[in-house]
Amino acid sequence: MDAAEQLNRLRWRCTRRAMLEMDILLGGFLERRYASLTPEQADAFVVLADMEDLELWPLITGKRECDNPLQAQVVAMLRDVRIK
Amino acid sequence: MSALTIPIRKFDAVIVGAGGAGLRAAIQLSEAGLKTAVLSKVFPTRSHTVAAQGGVSASLGNSEEDHWHWHMYDTVKGSDWLGDQDAIEYMCRKAPEAVVELEHFGMPFDRTDEGKIYQRPFGGHMSNFGEKPVRRACAAADRTGHAMLHALYQRNVRANTQFFVEWMALDLIRNAQGQILGVIALEMETGQVVAFHAKATIIATGGAGRIYHSSTNAFINTGDGLGMAARAGIALEDMEFWQFHPTGVAGAGVLITEGVRGEGGILRNSDNERFMERYAPNAKDLASRDVVSRAMVTEINEGRGCGPHKDFVLLDITHLDPATIMKRLPGIRDISIQFAGIDPIKAPIPVVPTCHYMMGGIPTNYHGQVVNADGSVVAGFYAAGEAACASVHGANRLGTNSLLDLLVFGKASGDSVVDAVKKNGAAHQDLPADFAERTLSRLDRLNTQKGGASVDETRLAMQRTMQKHCGVFRFKDMLVEGVAKICEIEQAVHATEIGDKSQTWNTARVEALELDNLIEVAKSTMVSAEARRESRGAHVRDDAPDTPAHPNGRDDEAWLKHSLWHREGSTLSYKPVVLTPLSVETIALKTRAY
Ligand SMILES: Cc1cc2nc3c(=O)[nH]c(=O)nc-3n(C[C@H](O)[C@H](O)[C@H](O)COP(=O)(O)OP(=O)(O)OC[C@H]3O[C@@H](n4cnc5c(N)ncnc54)[C@H](O)[C@@H]3O)c2cc1C
Repeated sequence: MDAAEQLNRLRWRCTRRAMLEMDILLGGFLERRYASLTPEQADAFVVLADMEDLELWPLITGKRECDNPLQAQVVAMLRDVRIK
Repeated sequence: MSALTIPIRKFDAVIVGAGGAGLRAAIQLSEAGLKTAVLSKVFPTRSHTVAAQGGVSASLGNSEEDHWHWHMYDTVKGSDWLGDQDAIEYMCRKAPEAVVELEHFGMPFDRTDEGKIYQRPFGGHMSNFGEKPVRRACAAADRTGHAMLHALYQRNVRANTQFFVEWMALDLIRNAQGQILGVIALEMETGQVVAFHAKATIIATGGAGRIYHSSTNAFINTGDGLGMAARAGIALEDMEFWQFHPTGVAGAGVLITEGVRGEGGILRNSDNERFMERYAPNAKDLASRDVVSRAMVTEINEGRGCGPHKDFVLLDITHLDPATIMKRLPGIRDISIQFAGIDPIKAPIPVVPTCHYMMGGIPTNYHGQVVNADGSVVAGFYAAGEAACASVHGANRLGTNSLLDLLVFGKASGDSVVDAVKKNGAAHQDLPADFAERTLSRLDRLNTQKGGASVDETRLAMQRTMQKHCGVFRFKDMLVEGVAKICEIEQAVHATEIGDKSQTWNTARVEALELDNLIEVAKSTMVSAEARRESRGAHVRDDAPDTPAHPNGRDDEAWLKHSLWHREGSTLSYKPVVLTPLSVETIALKTRAY
């Protein structure tokens, strides 16, 4: 799969979530922040996007600790996504 | 590509949708030994059923006395008498069995000290035919839908159901005799178009709340099954009835639960006035969903909305003790901070009435079989869940009845398929020669369209039009204008242009195809709403007000009937409401009052 295809797949998985909250956050992040991530951060984001919504939401609200500092960095950026 | 080159895969049955309804149906089929394919746009446990937190209703009577007949009464009343009483009796009688079955599938329900399923109160659940509140909602903490999907999915894995994940069904295959012979679907990973040739097809594609600008529904709810059915010549039933939730976060749609007002939250307008005191002097902010939603819209329409565009009102909990907010409403604080940028301890939350649930859908009987306008069954075609209209919700759904609906009618449709396949034997009906023509020309147009409309802009225009012309509170002239506008937007939908023409993971193409479905749902909604000249349940018109002759604006002589919208020519016909239950006496017409 080339990079454009990979990005398209990620877009689908970020904007067709189980919960509206996550469509807005992950979709918004992909559109506005993803391109500026380092390769390591981008990988961490893909791991987050693969999680189920009810696993991911507690990380975003801080109810659960992130697995590693890189993940925590990306989660902090996710929190910053605001509605357009 | 031509129909000759499309790969064909044969199954006994194909189910479109792997949410609660599709997964429940699939268990019946796979456990009966049918070769079953389940298609889903996303991994099954990412279906929107996950978002349901409140619970599922059943008169188990675990906490206090309850009876299915009382549940039935509440549902008929909630539906404002538009629900079919045979289907409602069927659902309410089957509810305890459906919930216990789910428990056996491994659903981790909350329990009482004696180990029974715990039940909590919920709006509209009453004992003894509307006398006093009863505990009828069963839940698994605040993740009922999530737990339900996981239990159903595991059971399917055990039964060897075959899943096609990240596949989008595009159209139904129908022959000249009107039988449904399967679906045509697109594999997103390859862009390949494949025919699923089946003896039976079940649509379980869920809701379509994305036709509105403000919706609590996730982006996936684009009404694909309804679009497919409409294009195949199946009428859509009662599409004017959509439930709005009073408190969605303005601009985002994310749901703020009723519990906030239960804890003392107050709605305020731009004058900082607690306006619900004028509309509902007793219940105030805790009046029923439709009353609160209409009051909010009236405030906004009369210029007392907040913000630069005066287009929302405020939900204020700043007067509550921060400790209470942290303890009882932590989730709401998180949502408000994230989606409104506001800490509700310090400032009020901007909210608007938000589209939440589609009561209408593909017409079925209580066996989950799709029915024609004359009541005859469409051979080979079934539907369940939010995409279907059985009709148990009528003009207004009762909270927790939709998770029940998908369990009961998911199973019923599955059982009907098993019976039909056993009875009709081994052979598949032949596919007509041109079975894929319409689908392929739609795809072809997308590949070649020049100078067309943008998908995003066209969808937004549709959503704004629906919100403005066919929202919580409906006005005659706005509806007439709305029909014209939607027809105009429909033309743009049929001429959308996409920049990306690639085969693999082409999300632009998929979104254009979703818009083809959204517009069918939007148009059927607007046209049905314009025509229904009464107020009933969630459909409230200014020219059908509350009068002594017609309490709440409901007109049973003229309008106690189901709407059926036909895509061909965009016409309407009507069919009677089933007022005769299966075994008990009819629940007689009454004014709906709480
Ligand atoms: C925020 C929120 C809270 C709610 N809370 C409650 C509650 O507490 N209690 C209650 O009873 N109800 C609740 N509801 C309503 C209830 O959750 C839904 O009505 C119900 O879950 C719908 O289930 P379903 O199986 O019909 O569809 P879904 O769960 O939406 O599943 C649809 C499936 O169809 C698939 N699909 C769609 N189109 C296609 C296509 N073209 N090709 C292939 N696959 C396709 C999807 O991938 C998905 O698998 C709530 C709804 C919302 C939005």
